[in-house]
Amino acid sequence: MTHPLTIYVSLDSAAKALGADDIARALQDRAAARGIDIRLVRTGSRGMIWLEPLVEISRDGGPRIAHGPVTADQIDALLDGTAPNLGPTEDIPFLARQTRLTFARCGITDPLSMDDYIAHGGLTGLRRALEMTAAEIVEETKTSGLRGRGGAGFPTGIKWDTVRQAQADQKYIVCNADEGDSGTFADRMIMEGDPLSLIEGMAIAGLATHATKGFVYIRSEYPDAIAVMDRAIRIAREHGLLGHSLLGSSHAFDMEVRVGAGAYVCGEETSLLNSLEGKRGVVRAKPPLPALEGAFGKPTVVNNVLSLATIPVIFEKGAQHYADFGLGRSRGTMPIQIAGNVRHGGLFETAFGLPLGDLVNDIGGGTASGRPVKAVQVGGPLGAYFAPHQFDTPFGYEDFDQAGGLIGHAGITVFDDTADMGTLARFAMEFCAVESCGKCTPCRIGAVRGVETIDRIRAGDTAATDLLTDLCDTMTSGSLCALGGFTPYPVLSALRLFPQDFGATREAAE
Amino acid sequence: MQTTQPPMRPARAAPTDDDIRDVIAAEKHRDGPLLPILHGLQARFDHIPDTALPLIAEALNLTRAEVHGVVSFYHDFRSAPAGRHVLKLCRAEACQSVGADATIQQVLAHFGLDAFGTTQDGRLTIEPVYCLGLCACGPAAMIDGKVLGRADAPRITAALEVQA
Repeated sequence: MTHPLTIYVSLDSAAKALGADDIARALQDRAAARGIDIRLVRTGSRGMIWLEPLVEISRDGGPRIAHGPVTADQIDALLDGTAPNLGPTEDIPFLARQTRLTFARCGITDPLSMDDYIAHGGLTGLRRALEMTAAEIVEETKTSGLRGRGGAGFPTGIKWDTVRQAQADQKYIVCNADEGDSGTFADRMIMEGDPLSLIEGMAIAGLATHATKGFVYIRSEYPDAIAVMDRAIRIAREHGLLGHSLLGSSHAFDMEVRVGAGAYVCGEETSLLNSLEGKRGVVRAKPPLPALEGAFGKPTVVNNVLSLATIPVIFEKGAQHYADFGLGRSRGTMPIQIAGNVRHGGLFETAFGLPLGDLVNDIGGGTASGRPVKAVQVGGPLGAYFAPHQFDTPFGYEDFDQAGGLIGHAGITVFDDTADMGTLARFAMEFCAVESCGKCTPCRIGAVRGVETIDRIRAGDTAATDLLTDLCDTMTSGSLCALGGFTPYPVLSALRLFPQDFGATREAAE
Repeated sequence: MQTTQPPMRPARAAPTDDDIRDVIAAEKHRDGPLLPILHGLQARFDHIPDTALPLIAEALNLTRAEVHGVVSFYHDFRSAPAGRHVLKLCRAEACQSVGADATIQQVLAHFGLDAFGTTQDGRLTIEPVYCLGLCACGPAAMIDGKVLGRADAPRITAALEVQA
C-alpha cells in the first residue's frame, strides 16, 4: 500500500529522549495546517542513535530517505522535500555494513502492526515449528549454535532440551528483560521496536518444552518498553499468536509482563525467579538448575530477550543459515551496542569475529569528544576494560575469555583520555556493594572492603594492591553469582592496564 | 534511598485500609502477586504505606516480616511519597563517560541539594538510577517517567521548568 508521502519516525526511547515525539507531532500538525496528506508511521529505531531524531520519508512508494538529526525548524522543509538528507537510509554505511537477523524488522516496521510483522517474515518461524515435534524444535535450535545472549553464552538448545525432558504438570518460559548493564540497550530496542518477534520466540520455546505459560520480566527503568510489550501481547492474543490455540493449532501458550523494582541483581536468573515469585531478589544456589526447578518450583526456561527474539528468524530461514555466520563456537550474529563517549553510537548487528578496534574506531567513529580513546568496557559493569593495544581481539565468546574479559550482553562503552580508571574501578566496587543481594559473603562484604582498599591504594598505600588482588580472587572464586564473581573484571583490568590512575607505580601493580 | 520526607509538603489524605485492600484484590489472582501489589500501591499512593504491610501479609498468608523484607529489598519502593516531580539521573558507566558526574553535581546545586533527595519545598525529588538504556545518548535522565537524552544541566533544568 503506497501513499504519496509516508513519514517514518521512531518511537524508541532513545529517539524520544532526543525529541522524536515533538518532531512527530510537529510534522502531523504542520501537515494538517497546510493541507498536506501524510501517513506517519512510528517505527522502532534503526539503531543509529547519533542521527536521532531520524525522519525517513518515502515519496510515491520510493526508497526511504533519511534526515537526521532533525530539528524543529526543519518541519516545513521536510514536508516540501527540501530538507538536507543523508540519502537512502539503507545505504548509510553504518546500516549497510550490518547483517541484521535478530533486528531485521527493527526500525522498518510498525512494531504494533501484525500485518507489517507478517509482511516482513513474521510468524513463518512459528508456523514451521508447529509442524515439528518438540524434539525436532530443540534439535533445530541446537543446530543453529545459538548461545544465551544475556552474557553467559550457554547453548540455548541444550537448556531447552533439559526442560523438554523434565516431567511436570506445568512448565514456564521466563524472558529475562532485566537489562541492567550500562552500555547495553538491545533488549529495550527489540521490545520497543519488534516486540512480536520476542512473543513469537517465546511461543516457539513453549512448543519445544511443553511450557504453556510465559513471563517477560522487564526492569522498571524501561517504562516505554513495558508499555509497548503490554500492547503487543494484547495484539498477539487478538491474532491467535497467543492463547488456547496457537495459530489454530492444538497448542496453548500465553504470557504476561512482570515489572522489576530497581534491583540490578534481578538480572541474575535465580534472583529474577525469586523476584517473580514475590520474594526478595536473592540469588539461589545451583543446583537445582532453573531448568528443573525454576519459577514456582517448576521446570523453567530462562532466556534473555535477544536469545528468544532470534528464535523466529532461525526457524524462518533455517538453523544452518544462522549457523553459517560467526567464528569458532560463536555462531550467528550479535547485536553489538556501541555506547558511551562515541561519535556514532548505536546498535550494530554483525556476525561474530569483527575485531574490537574496528567496532570502536571504524564503525563507532572514535570518541564523541574527539579526544583519543583511553579504554573501552565490554559487557557492562561486570565486564573488563580493554586498552587500544588489545583492539585486535575478535568479537567472540572464547576470544574475549582468552583476553581476560567477556562479551556479556555485547555492550561496548567507550571512554576518552579524560577518564580516571581508578575512579571507575572504585565505582565498580561501590556498585557491587549497593546492588549485592547479600546472600554470599564475598560479594556482600568483599565489595565494601574493595572500595576501602582502592581508596587506600589511591591514597598512596601501594602495599594494598596485593590485598586488592587477593580480595578479587576471593570474590571471583567464592561468589554465588556474576555480580560478586565478575566485579573483579573491571577492577583488575583497570588496575593492570592503568596503574598510574591508582597512584601506584607499575611495579607495584604487577 | 536517601529520600527524605519533604517538610513543606501539603498534607494528603492518608490511604484508608479499604483503598489498600482494593489494590491488593486487583492483583491477588496472579502467580506471585506480591510485586504487582506493591507496584499497584506505589502507583496509587506514590509510596508503600506502613499500614499496608499487615493487610498484604494477611491476604497472602505471609508474615509482616516477610512483606517488610521484600519491600525494603527493592530500590523502587518508597516509605514516604516523593516530591511532586521525580528526576532520575543516571550514574552508570556509559553516562559517566560523557560527564554525568559533573552534570549531577550541577543539577543538585541548582536545586540547592547537597546529595540526592527532595528539595525543601517538596517540589522535586532527585534520585540516582543505574542505567536507563540510553547509553548512546547520555548523560541520561528521566523526569516523571519521561526519558531525556544528552541531558546536560541546562537541558534538565529547562525540561523541569516546563513541568512546573
